[in-house]
Amino acid sequence: MSSPSDGGASRDGYGKALLRLAEDQRVVVLEADLGKSTKSCYFREQFPERTFSLGIAEQNMMLVAAGMSSSGKIPFASTFAIFTERAFEQVRNGIARPGLKVHICGSHGGIHTGSDGSSAQSIEDIAVYRSIPKMTVIHPCDDLSAEELTVQLLDLQGPSYTRTARNKVPRIYDHESKLELKIGVGSVLEEGEDVAIIACGVMVERAREAASSLSEEGILCTVVDMHTIKPLDEGLLARLAEHCGCFVSVEDHSIIGGLGGALAEWLSTNNPIPLEMVGVRDRFGESGETTELMEKIGLTREAICEAARKSVNRKNAA
Amino acid sequence: MGDRIAELEEMARLCRIDIVEMTNAAGAGHPGGSLSAIDSIVALYGTSLRFDTTNPSWEDRDRFIMSKGHASPAVYAILHQMGVLEEHDLLGFRTLGSVCQGHVDMNWTDGVDFSAGSLGMGLSFGLGCALSAKMDSSERRIWVMIGDGEAQEGQVWEAAMAASFHNASKLRVIVDRNGIQNDDFMEVQMEIGDIGAKFASFGWSVREVDGHDMSALVEVFQWANADDSGPIAIIANTTKGKGVSFMEDNPSFHGKAPNNEELAQALEELS
Repeated sequence: MSSPSDGGASRDGYGKALLRLAEDQRVVVLEADLGKSTKSCYFREQFPERTFSLGIAEQNMMLVAAGMSSSGKIPFASTFAIFTERAFEQVRNGIARPGLKVHICGSHGGIHTGSDGSSAQSIEDIAVYRSIPKMTVIHPCDDLSAEELTVQLLDLQGPSYTRTARNKVPRIYDHESKLELKIGVGSVLEEGEDVAIIACGVMVERAREAASSLSEEGILCTVVDMHTIKPLDEGLLARLAEHCGCFVSVEDHSIIGGLGGALAEWLSTNNPIPLEMVGVRDRFGESGETTELMEKIGLTREAICEAARKSVNRKNAA
Repeated sequence: MGDRIAELEEMARLCRIDIVEMTNAAGAGHPGGSLSAIDSIVALYGTSLRFDTTNPSWEDRDRFIMSKGHASPAVYAILHQMGVLEEHDLLGFRTLGSVCQGHVDMNWTDGVDFSAGSLGMGLSFGLGCALSAKMDSSERRIWVMIGDGEAQEGQVWEAAMAASFHNASKLRVIVDRNGIQNDDFMEVQMEIGDIGAKFASFGWSVREVDGHDMSALVEVFQWANADDSGPIAIIANTTKGKGVSFMEDNPSFHGKAPNNEELAQALEELS
């Protein structure tokens, strides 16, 4: 088992958060033979009596967590994002429907996962969990925000799904700025009046790079880390729609039903300004090194820049 | 003891009347699997389940997890006979706003410990309850009822494996072995063979019982309550629709309510 690293990968933040939560004796951790990968292994090492291996049997794990929640425990269950989806109906009917406080973490989300190939690259998890009533859906961008948001789950009055990523990325937050994060409140990283780039997960860093490039062209961008996809920070969207007049969504996830889908739903019924989407365009991934894969799928700084220019042009043409 | 058994048999008769009346009133529901399960449920609630009718949410109560959630009329009937539900609650079965939802739901009904309706999930839920009880050093036992058709769901066996591995010694499962599932007899749809042997192969203690013999049921539940060496499976051999002649062993009454004429005949047979 590897030790907590200096950071970057959001899955490390999840693992460290479990250690911070351990003081609460109600907290229990459930694994499906991927604790070394999701980083629940940090908790297992120190609190084996409150860690349960359920084997490679995700459907059972979800309902064991539900039963524990009904008995007063606060379960944190993790596996790969894609394998949580195997137990989708268990999450829907066994956890969310009765409103049980079970916190699910799906690690290795998105194309960013890399060479394991398409079977491991969940590109629809956010969409499917967002469709379940009562579910909070979170996708942090770095290890520090993942840690902070996971710690806040302890007081959440319902079930949640958190997607973490396998690979390290540059930190967006530091030990001070992470303290300002709050579940359900979008985090504005940069402010500009021409376009709002609203991103989540590993694409937040790409969004910042794109904003930097665009500023050299005279396009001033607001950049938001929308770490909570549900409930969506509608107040922030309303302000940004007024202020910027056009949006770009950016996610390592299908453009169908994820962050982009959520923004499209909100905009079309509240303030129909232009929206351009950067994400996975209705296709599966494949094996490859992360950077080359992200380029092939179109999850790049340049793709964001192009989407921003297009969104601004549409706004100006209106 | 003989008087007690007679009392339980009488309670089971009243529950059967509740089952046919509430499904008739709703014009829907699942009488067949409710009638097959009811004797086990009465024997359990009547003798072995630690349960406070004045405080159904007592934290340290034994849990009864009805995993075959379509047999909700059986649960509502026992809760009625125990004084937790009123007759008008039962007659509202399946109607808008009723505490008696189509499938048992812990958020709608006092005394219901699990929100069922999708088969195969209850044993896992019970395992979570049993592991929690163990962590809490509690005496509470967890009783789960599944159907034999339900045992076709792979998740049941994931739970059976995990219960043994984690030595969930307070976990009990009752299998309502009535041989019929939604579409037809199990031997037509998917006969799964010796369910007891399957649980035994996962390390469970197993007993078979005549699921309509009240004395035998009470005896086996008392045995299960006295043994804390590991998880226990009780295979209750039953007849679907038991107690109403035209429903007995009849697949068409799995998910069909009696009409008024059928209700009258059922009530006559149960009088």
